[in-house]
Amino acid sequence: MVFSAPVLNYTLLSPMLILLGGALIGVLVEAFMSKALRPITQLSVTLGSLVLALVQVWRIRNEQSMTAAMGSVVIDGPAVLLQASILIISIISVFLIADTEHFTALAASLPGSEEERHAMQTGSQVTEVYPLTLFAVAGMLLFPVSSDLITLFVALEMLSLPLYLMAGLSRRRRLASQESALKYFLLGAFSSAFFLFGAAFLYGYSASVTFAGIRESVVGGGGNDVFLLIGIAFLSVGLLFKVGAVPFHAWSPDVYQGSPTPVTAFMAAATKVAAFGAMLRIYYTSFANAQWSWTPMLTVIAIVTMLFGSLVAIAQRDVKRMLAYSSIAHAGFLLSGVIALNKAGLEASIFYLFAYGIATVGGFAIVTLVRDSAGEVTDLNRWKGLGKRSPWVAAAFAGFLLSFAGIPLTSGFIGKFSIFSAAYESGAKSIVIAGVLSSAIAAFFYIRVIVLMFFTDPVEDGTSVEIPSALTSITVIFSMVVTIALGVFPAPVLNFISDLATFIR
Amino acid sequence: MNSLTLLMFLPIIGSVAVAATPKAKETLTKQVALATTLIVAAATIAIAVGFERDNVDLQFVEKYSWIPSFGINFAVGIDGLALVLILMSTILAPIVVLAGWNEAHGGRWSVKVFYILILVLETMMIGVFAATDVFLFYVIFEAMLIPVYFLIGGYGSGERSAAAVKFLIYSLFGGLLMLASIIALYVMSGAQGGHTFDLAALSHLEMSSTTQNFLFLGFFIAFAIKAPLWPLHTWLPDAAQSATPGTSVLLLGVLDKVGTFGMIRYCLTLFPDASKTFTPMILVLAVISIVYGAFLAIGQRDLKRLIAFTSISHFGFITMGIFAMTSQGHSGATLYMFNHGFSTAALFLVGGWMISRRGSSTIADFGGLQRVTPVMAWSFFLAGMSSLALPGMSSFVSEFLVLVGTFTRYPVHSVIATFGIVLAALYILIPVQKALHGPTTPGNENLSDLNLREKIAIAPVIAIIIALGFYPSPLLKVINPASAHVIAQMGFTDPAPTNGDK
Repeated sequence: MVFSAPVLNYTLLSPMLILLGGALIGVLVEAFMSKALRPITQLSVTLGSLVLALVQVWRIRNEQSMTAAMGSVVIDGPAVLLQASILIISIISVFLIADTEHFTALAASLPGSEEERHAMQTGSQVTEVYPLTLFAVAGMLLFPVSSDLITLFVALEMLSLPLYLMAGLSRRRRLASQESALKYFLLGAFSSAFFLFGAAFLYGYSASVTFAGIRESVVGGGGNDVFLLIGIAFLSVGLLFKVGAVPFHAWSPDVYQGSPTPVTAFMAAATKVAAFGAMLRIYYTSFANAQWSWTPMLTVIAIVTMLFGSLVAIAQRDVKRMLAYSSIAHAGFLLSGVIALNKAGLEASIFYLFAYGIATVGGFAIVTLVRDSAGEVTDLNRWKGLGKRSPWVAAAFAGFLLSFAGIPLTSGFIGKFSIFSAAYESGAKSIVIAGVLSSAIAAFFYIRVIVLMFFTDPVEDGTSVEIPSALTSITVIFSMVVTIALGVFPAPVLNFISDLATFIR
Repeated sequence: MNSLTLLMFLPIIGSVAVAATPKAKETLTKQVALATTLIVAAATIAIAVGFERDNVDLQFVEKYSWIPSFGINFAVGIDGLALVLILMSTILAPIVVLAGWNEAHGGRWSVKVFYILILVLETMMIGVFAATDVFLFYVIFEAMLIPVYFLIGGYGSGERSAAAVKFLIYSLFGGLLMLASIIALYVMSGAQGGHTFDLAALSHLEMSSTTQNFLFLGFFIAFAIKAPLWPLHTWLPDAAQSATPGTSVLLLGVLDKVGTFGMIRYCLTLFPDASKTFTPMILVLAVISIVYGAFLAIGQRDLKRLIAFTSISHFGFITMGIFAMTSQGHSGATLYMFNHGFSTAALFLVGGWMISRRGSSTIADFGGLQRVTPVMAWSFFLAGMSSLALPGMSSFVSEFLVLVGTFTRYPVHSVIATFGIVLAALYILIPVQKALHGPTTPGNENLSDLNLREKIAIAPVIAIIIALGFYPSPLLKVINPASAHVIAQMGFTDPAPTNGDK
């Protein structure tokens, strides 16, 4: 037996390798560096690797390769666009994570224990959140570029496991935070099992785990269609869980609420890009020719997701839960881009993911600023009159909400318009109608928050708006500028996406 | 020439100047805002002078690529219809600023924010009428809700935030229906020779009659909410009651016109067949609006709500004129839009002064104002007469044209609508009698009459109302060719000639 050494194209893989390297350095820093120096070192290592990875992604933007890692990774236009989006979102999320106020002093200590009190007093910090972030981002970069089911699964776990941990690191209400982490972990484990089950059936169907192999079998026909259907169905469950589509959404409100807000921002924005990226790739390449077996299912899920997310969001009294349901509704909108199954749909989805991700991080950045003596205030009733106390913060939040609602001159509108027109073009008219209706419903609760902030008088209950740190300000200002710029003058970004967004098969 | 773009951006430049004024000097802020609106009004008049009246094509056309990947252009251009409405908007703007000099003081935010919102709104008002790209129109149509929302919710009175939300939700809902139709148009244009939003290109699209009917409804419901047509009108009385008088003038005088303007510019042009299909239904709704608005106006105790309901009746007339599909009806409807802007402005502004002096908007609280404040009372009287379309007032001409234009094709509707005029006499004369005549109600003895600023503000409005009442032809010469062109495009010829005012 001849052993053939694997051939790896290190340039094309470099963004992921840089992040993994950075994460490993982070682990070493955690082990060997003195406590005092850790925070700043970790922050620089993390930001440094993210920026370096982004530069590297930019340099490979015109490359196309199926063989970057022995056929397990494919680098093409959409891959570059998705990786760049994930990296940009991660960078501005790390700015939020740098605010240690949100994280517990010692993750291993029991809530309320002597140990925890001691850790708080000595001012220790959970700097391990940085390498965890890097591992998660590396997984997210790998997820949408995987081109076989095994790599896809590895990437799924790689991005999920650090997130499970990070969800439990909240400083306040630690029990709720840990509960949300456990919930996320358990449901995530279930969905991974479904995913593997589906992968096994797809292997049974096509005798291949690569996307190209599955595609060949689908195009050629002749396989056992029952296996294909079961395979697609169960694989979809795993993916739909990650994007938070109904009926696999149950985790997201609790996890959004329980996690430290910077982690929520990172998870909500970046995971969505990665998961939808992977979904787009597998549906647009492997399953494209079997579209009649999955579009009806996804259409129903998309419509239910949009309407459910928008309707239930109306009843929310907590800003983080409200944003969670809003993100469920957005998952429904994004699914219409998957269903569209045309180039316009792919471009629209990528634009939407980027625009939505940026606005989401910006929105949660604002949430981190509204506090009282016991930490963040997420009860919407206590956001009353925020516009009076700090008009700029409230105006920025209103801007993000208007973008979520899809009001013209914000990025959300361009995203919604392009994704719905792509869906309409593919004949999915019911989705457009449901999308428009749920947008109308959703507008109601976004506007209600604006009313609370601007048209209600403040209550004196100790709620105040923190002066944002320099890093948080960068995040907010950057997100706002992108949100407005993509709404008013989206042409350069749309053209850039349009030039690159073609999957190679 | 890029005069339209310049005109559009003048108010924005003014709003930057307003933002730069120091917070303590509120008078300076107001002066800058007033100067801006005056300059814009002068610039619009200059454009109107350069407008070729007999040319039915779009004029002052400009086109810049905006989002090429979707075929979206920043394209503007005006015909007679658009010119008249832009003229109305830009003339009303300085009047509103001057008349509501102290309106911003009761607000949640500073005076500066108020005028920035007004100026941003003015830019959008010009843009919404000038746009010839459907996407651009939609963007402005939706975006202009935001300044109005903050104007009502931030500077209004009473249940202002509830009214603002109601206004926004209604309008957004209509707008989203329109968005669905626009997406469909966009996709169809892609299938028939390239994605575009150009109004002229879209009007040549081939589509089945079912599709056309659905798309028509998407647009029409949005415009009917805006206009507002019964039964989609319920947001208007609340909004008008809560908004400041100046905001109400802009809301009813200009923004609601976007609805009737859109019916002509978009519904009729893009979906001629569907327009014909739905005409009987729409005419019935229009007649109901006329009579219903009038009846409810009679029953109102609140002055602002009364004016709002009279407007619902008037918008019924405008819609009826549009869908009568005769050139007189159309000319009348367009002229009506212009005149309604000024007569509503007069009513709201004078009514607003009465209310702010008395501290109450209940009609019963006034009485005998004729003796105490003769100028204010006379102004209100004239505004009222204009609203009930007394001959000699501008609105008479337009109401007459609409009725004549409708009668030639739909006599029954026209006859029922005529009762609206009788009811108009009631809903105007009752408040005039209660508020102006009779013994002075206790508490009103010391009300002050209009001051110089207020007189200067109301004088041009009344002058325009009376001048156009006796000599409407300068406007009609601009409107008639445009109206005849629309009717001809729809494939209609006027039935037996009943010459109106030509």
